[in-house]
Amino acid sequence: MSLRIVVTVKYVPDATGDRHFADDLTVDRDDVDGLLSELDEYAVEQALQIAEEADDAEITVLTVGPEDAKDALRKALSMGADKAVHVEDDDLHGTDAIGTSLVLAKAIEKAGYDLVISGMASTDGTMGVVPALLAERLGVPQVTLLSEVSVEDGVVKGRRDGDTASEQLEASLPAVVSVTDQSGEARYPSFKGIMAAKKKPVESWDLSDLDLEAEEVGLEGAYTTVDAAAERPARTAGTIVKDEGEGGKQLAEFLAGQKFI
Amino acid sequence: MAEVLVYVDHVDGAVRKPTLELLTLARRIGEPVAVALGAGAENTAAALAEHGAVKVLTHDASEYADYLVVPKVDALQAAYEAVSPSAVLVPSSAEGKEIAARLAVRIGSGIITDAVDLEAGDEGPVATQSVFAASFTTKSRITKGTPVITVKPNSAAVEAAPADGAVEALNVTFSEKATGTKVTGRTPRESTGRPELTEAAIVVSGGRGVNGAENFAIIEALADSLGAAVGASRAAVDAGWYPHTNQVGQTGKSVSPQLYIASGISGAIQHRAGMQTSKTIVAINKDAEAPIFDLVDYGVVGDLFDVVPQLTEEVKARKG
Ligand SMILES: Cc1cc2nc3c(=O)[nH]c(=O)nc-3n(C[C@H](O)[C@H](O)[C@H](O)COP(=O)(O)OP(=O)(O)OC[C@H]3O[C@@H](n4cnc5c(N)ncnc54)[C@H](O)[C@@H]3O)c2cc1C
Ligand SMILES: Nc1ncnc2c1ncn2[C@@H]1O[C@H](COP(=O)(O)O)[C@@H](O)[C@H]1O
Repeated sequence: MSLRIVVTVKYVPDATGDRHFADDLTVDRDDVDGLLSELDEYAVEQALQIAEEADDAEITVLTVGPEDAKDALRKALSMGADKAVHVEDDDLHGTDAIGTSLVLAKAIEKAGYDLVISGMASTDGTMGVVPALLAERLGVPQVTLLSEVSVEDGVVKGRRDGDTASEQLEASLPAVVSVTDQSGEARYPSFKGIMAAKKKPVESWDLSDLDLEAEEVGLEGAYTTVDAAAERPARTAGTIVKDEGEGGKQLAEFLAGQKFI
Repeated sequence: MAEVLVYVDHVDGAVRKPTLELLTLARRIGEPVAVALGAGAENTAAALAEHGAVKVLTHDASEYADYLVVPKVDALQAAYEAVSPSAVLVPSSAEGKEIAARLAVRIGSGIITDAVDLEAGDEGPVATQSVFAASFTTKSRITKGTPVITVKPNSAAVEAAPADGAVEALNVTFSEKATGTKVTGRTPRESTGRPELTEAAIVVSGGRGVNGAENFAIIEALADSLGAAVGASRAAVDAGWYPHTNQVGQTGKSVSPQLYIASGISGAIQHRAGMQTSKTIVAINKDAEAPIFDLVDYGVVGDLFDVVPQLTEEVKARKG
């Protein structure tokens, strides 16, 4: 039987761009160039490797996001995923992590899955909670923050490098996995891959396709609110010296003045 | 006064510093009730009472070590139901965030992660967060349910505030899902004898400029002279010169020490994401144009192989 893999990917504002907030204090996703979150490329890569090992597998990439989020799906398709689902609805604007996990869980169920693979965190929100939330909502094991992952005979195994220990984990499918940037470099799309991606199916679903009401998501449905966002004041220019043989000593003098020594 | 649930991060009964910081913050918004799970849970009570816990709920079972995350969520939910707190605070570790998130969904609440400060507000606790690689500071609130908030290390001072801290056994019935993900092996991280990276008052980091695993001895020597933790950029980690557990930045640890010293690190946005909130920043880099110099309080343009050893000698000399 075919192994159905759903990879959740997020379209995020470019971290090297000028990220900021819109007037309603949501992340501005219009003014800043976006892209497939680099950390989700690792999820796509592991999905491709797992699919290559399996006899028969199908990879669906799934995103919840604005119109331009299609770019993220195209990139994942050009890396080798088979098809894509884009959940897009004006009422989704301002959805928080709790709401996003609700929408993703509904879409994952509708798509059908044996294995969900997510990134370790989105590069804009950096919460790192959506995979655990998906496992909670779907009622399946979470096997998260893996730096190594494999699937065999309906069992997913992986290594999670934690603060105090490195753990070997194991769970039966269906399950939700998330992978870190230590899991292995993501491949670049080949020219052939880019051409093929143009012909791969991208389905669009809105809230009604997922039996969700507008009040459950978006700014209105959010469980959290941002009351203020202020740009961090630029650091006051520090002292910069050129080392002419005494740089280490000068630095020590500074540290002593600050009472660090 | 309303009770605030504080999830305790401990190693065999030794409470980790971020939990003591949480108690300081919890006291601003209510009376801290601590929840300690797993082996040695009861031994946490003295330290927790010393820092303001009015009660310590404890429970030990093999499930906490043998299965991932969910048993702890079950227990925290049991504590939530027993106490009906006005907020739940959890240390912002990778695991802490996962536990907090799952609890939030179960109790129909919102979640805020990685707060760097917390104060009481008219409509519930107000969390300060540092976002977009610390280029913005936000103030947020939870608007539905009981606020569940995870807080980063070094967000508050540890304060002594002796309280009762009476130990009470927590009643936990594990859910069917608790045993879904089995931990089949565990290799504890070897102790280096240096301070914990996220908790250290001083962090000394090396990057690609260190140019080799063996050269990290220079960074370690400086760190040891200052009693500091050692960090590394992703370039240094990817090159295999230093362990990933020491990586500072977006996909490594986020640190906020009193003093951060970067050597041979250019200061890419993803690195800054993990260190920009440090109080004092110092850099040594041979390229005067390196973006790290935009952040520094003091910078030395020079070769780290000259500057760092000289600094180490000078620190040792001054410390006698
Ligand atoms: C999704 C994503 C996540 C990432 N996460 C992280 C992260 O968590 N942490 C992180 O650090 N990076 C992260 N990065 C990588 C980041 O973009 C940079 O590539 C990385 O930080 C560069 O490391 P570096 O400063 O050591 O190396 P470089 O950028 O190569 O800089 C080396 C510096 O050393 C200086 N130098 C060289 N020789 C000497 C010498 N002898 N004396 C003094 N100075 C010298 C050079 O002038 C240069 O400025 C991430 C990237 C992505 C895309
Ligand atoms: N809007 C979204 N669409 C698809 N996947 C998402 C979305 N938001 C988060 N994810 C997934 O959840 C992971 C963790 O995100 P976060 O918890 O927001 O840091 C990401 O790496 C993605 O795999």
